[in-house]
Amino acid sequence: MSKQYETVIGLEVHIELATKTKIFCGCSTEFGGAPNVHTCPVCTGMPGSLPVLNKQVVDHALAIGLATNCHITRVCKFDRKNYFYPDNPQNYQISQLYLPIARDGWVEIETGGVKKKVRIHEMHMEEDAGKLVHDEWDDTSLVDYNRSGVPLVEIVSEPDMRSAEEVIAYLEKLRHIVQYLGASDCKLQEGSMRADVNLSVREIGSDAFGTRTEMKNLNSFKAITHAIEGERERQIELLEEGKQVVQETRRWDDNKESSHAMRSKEDAKDYRYFPEPDLVPVMIDDEWIARVKAREPEFRTAKLARYQKEYGISQVDAEILTESRNMAELFEAATALCKKPKKVANWLMVETMRLMKEHDMEPQDLRFSPENLAGLIEMTDKGTVNSSVAKEVFEHVFLENVDPQAYVKEHGLATVNDEDALRKTLEEVIAANPQAVADYKGGKEKALGALVGQTMKAMKGKANPGRINELLREML
Amino acid sequence: MANKISDETIEYVGILAKLELSEQEQQDAKADMEKMLDYIDTLNELDTSDVEPMSHVFPINNVFREDVVTNGNQMEETLANAPLRGGDCFKVPKTIG
Repeated sequence: MSKQYETVIGLEVHIELATKTKIFCGCSTEFGGAPNVHTCPVCTGMPGSLPVLNKQVVDHALAIGLATNCHITRVCKFDRKNYFYPDNPQNYQISQLYLPIARDGWVEIETGGVKKKVRIHEMHMEEDAGKLVHDEWDDTSLVDYNRSGVPLVEIVSEPDMRSAEEVIAYLEKLRHIVQYLGASDCKLQEGSMRADVNLSVREIGSDAFGTRTEMKNLNSFKAITHAIEGERERQIELLEEGKQVVQETRRWDDNKESSHAMRSKEDAKDYRYFPEPDLVPVMIDDEWIARVKAREPEFRTAKLARYQKEYGISQVDAEILTESRNMAELFEAATALCKKPKKVANWLMVETMRLMKEHDMEPQDLRFSPENLAGLIEMTDKGTVNSSVAKEVFEHVFLENVDPQAYVKEHGLATVNDEDALRKTLEEVIAANPQAVADYKGGKEKALGALVGQTMKAMKGKANPGRINELLREML
Repeated sequence: MANKISDETIEYVGILAKLELSEQEQQDAKADMEKMLDYIDTLNELDTSDVEPMSHVFPINNVFREDVVTNGNQMEETLANAPLRGGDCFKVPKTIG
């Protein structure tokens, strides 16, 4: 290859909003269940039915728009996007073209230590489509409209990204912002966050854009990375052979790890957009914006910097703790109570994450209170319980949110600090293990460990191993 | 008539609308669309530079629903409208794309 090429990428990201009901009707958005149970005349496009906008959708969209530095459209409205496909029972999707809720924003991403702004062209609210299942044997498709009318926002970026790495960083940034706002769970695998990749290549130094293709059906970061690399190669090959890139929509096949042409890419005019007559305009005033702004949490980027500065937590640990808002808030609350950020961080990153993995839980499923974690840390520090008992107690804090103090008392798990009892047990252990005693006296340090172990066993784990060690050395 | 619709345009609009038109129907549709465009031209003769674009015929804004589930399981009612039913789904001619 003689020429040097640059990849130019813009993204269209669909995010399913976390609402209880659909965007235009009172049907539940609950996932799973039998097909078509969450449907009504509105979301199946029956003639005469009328949509009414869910206010929570505007609240979520507004929050995302503000958090991504967009200008909010004070008078926004909906439009009909006309296309014929069985997943869309109305033959049009209610979306926003002319006056989308937010425009001209940006988010900052960081790759390899370099910061960069990715601009957001616009963000609009719209409804999701139904789900089609294609029958292998029969010449028919089956349609389930449970997802029809589920609220989405679509965030359209400017073509500001140049590599798969930047695309992933941008998606992660959006995901963290939206998750912290509680506006969506943003799961790529489950389709609550979907990214369509618009990609073109051009010779380095050129200002003009090449012809772009759009890739759909990318539901993991791995698929996105592979699709970007594959499409870049495919387009460069075409150009090197003197051929042209065709503007089209391509579908990524995760099993074959390649994409194929789906259809020629439609222009906006092909959708014959026109104003939605069944919905009235949405007026957003300063007061509404201020209300949404006031609910804005401290975002991950701010937390990352603050954790390092205020708590002396490393960048890597801060990234783990702030991965979800729930975990970050648990960390902050427990730290405020016990004033030991590093110990709290340790419990969250080691034991909590181990148990989360074991029980297949997400950070938002954590149910234990910061009071109980902080309480357990204090008990460990005071020597009320030793570290192995603390881990055992923590399992119950984690699963049942027990009060560690009460639990330890109830189960008699407190460390025995009765020197006489300890000495008595030690004497018994020494008497019962003459070989180990002889080995230790003969210079084998390891033999002492065996004796400590025997003593811990005799005391049912409720002794302080450090103290046993000291006493043993003294007595021998 | 001032506006002319080409054969290519009428064919393309047919594709978008998923309609197969006979030769005669294409000619009729062409004439109808030309008339519609002429009518729009009549409207364009008006000077509307001082008129604010209207986004809705009613002077009402901000009509919302609260985010509360009000609909129960209406699967049977919904599927009663299905021309063809397959299990608990609408059954349609195979579409992939």
